[in-house]
Amino acid sequence: MARVRHHWIVRLTHWVNAVALTIMVGSGLRIFNAYPAFARRGETFCCYPFEGTRIPAFLTFGGWLGGARNWHFAMMWLLVANGLLYLGFVYLHGEWRDLVPRRGFLRDSGDMLKFYLFAKHEHPRHGKHNALQRGTYFILPWVGVLSVISGIAIWKPVQLAPLTDAMGGFVWARYWHFVAMMLLVVLSVVHVFMVFAVDPYSLRSMVTGGYNEKNSPEARNARPFYHLLPNRFRQKREGQSQANASGSALIPDDSRDAAPAASLSGDSQAAPESRIQKSEK
Amino acid sequence: MTIDRRGFLSISGSAISSALLASCDSRGPRSAERLLRYAERKNEVVERALLRHSSMDAPAAGARLAGNALPSYFISKTVPVWDESKRGRWALEVGGVVKTPLRLTLEDLLKLPRTTERVNHYCVEGWTAVEQWTGVRVSVLARLAGIDRRARFVDFESFDDGYHESWDIESAMHRQTVVAYGLDGQMLGPAHGAPARVYSPTKLGYKNTKYLTRLMFLPNRTGGYWSDAGYEWYGGV
Repeated sequence: MARVRHHWIVRLTHWVNAVALTIMVGSGLRIFNAYPAFARRGETFCCYPFEGTRIPAFLTFGGWLGGARNWHFAMMWLLVANGLLYLGFVYLHGEWRDLVPRRGFLRDSGDMLKFYLFAKHEHPRHGKHNALQRGTYFILPWVGVLSVISGIAIWKPVQLAPLTDAMGGFVWARYWHFVAMMLLVVLSVVHVFMVFAVDPYSLRSMVTGGYNEKNSPEARNARPFYHLLPNRFRQKREGQSQANASGSALIPDDSRDAAPAASLSGDSQAAPESRIQKSEK
Repeated sequence: MTIDRRGFLSISGSAISSALLASCDSRGPRSAERLLRYAERKNEVVERALLRHSSMDAPAAGARLAGNALPSYFISKTVPVWDESKRGRWALEVGGVVKTPLRLTLEDLLKLPRTTERVNHYCVEGWTAVEQWTGVRVSVLARLAGIDRRARFVDFESFDDGYHESWDIESAMHRQTVVAYGLDGQMLGPAHGAPARVYSPTKLGYKNTKYLTRLMFLPNRTGGYWSDAGYEWYGGV
């Protein structure tokens, strides 16, 4: 625990990103609501089934079109600067090695899915991030780059016409901007869901940097909503039933925590027994 | 700093939920207003630096003219129409810091060098429409009136209930910025700013004043109807 799980720059940029991205998505949806469609006036658009349907107001930010635009065009600088700081740090400091897919990525991803779908008993051993996480954390920056480039293309379609043309023109650039936003939202929602459903202990690691490897999803063999409790509590229960065969095999150096847990359970079991003995006497 | 799990969860939980509640369809905190204004000023610097007189708008290949699908916006209660019986003959005034102020009737405008261009209309709302505009370049009017060095801004005024928008001189002098009297090969109708309006693909729709009355070359910026309401003043595309 002396070593922090996430460097302070990663933790800082993570939370700045969380706030900035939320505001960008909210204000972007408010801007979208001013014309919730992609078709050029007098034409139709092939690839959006909800042309004309507004996004529910509670998902938007900025209050009105002008306010949302002001937020969007201010927050974009923070989001980009923060993103560059993160990517620059992750590259120079070597963290990228934990964030790119490794050889056998597809096989490892398949293993993770099998484990989550109960087709595999043991949590695959992938280290700091599992294959699905690596894939997600690798894709996210690229989607971010797409959202920034398409955003610039619809901000300056005349002055930066070659860029807008490269995206297929203004209408398509606006569509790619929307698609990139949807991808970011979906990945973020899944990310937050998995934090609470599989690894709530990672919240601490993303705030203070502290993390107890004994609570990692690998150590707890955690599927969504399964085995949320730290391993030492589970071991107590399992230890009572079947002389903790699988539990201790998962964590070799668990002896320190196992001792108080065992004594605790010993006490709680001792009490009723002694009471029974007393009543018999 | 020590903080137990329960404390952390309750603090972060209440912080996140209160932030969400505060943000739902709101304008955000009032205190951010100064920061947003600051960002707008800095964005204007970037936008001005990006402006090139050589960068031209061209509609995508195969794009159709919007025709009647082009929305018509004005701020008066009804479509503004110039009533000759009450106001006399319509004329466009060109004034401000110029050597020779002009008063141009529609016939005068029609005699000046004519430009026709098929360009995109970029609305602040996010839609675009392709239209063909015919008119006189603002740069031609500026040369005719003989603007002097002090002219850094242009205010386009209208008879639509006091609507106006002021521009930076550079955008006004762009080759695609015209005082348009024709749309899709016909004379401009009342819905789209008759007798004449400003049109430029280098500015968002709300900067392009319809129902023009005056074109003032000025040393200082004079805001505008939507700019004063909170949309960015520059509104460049």
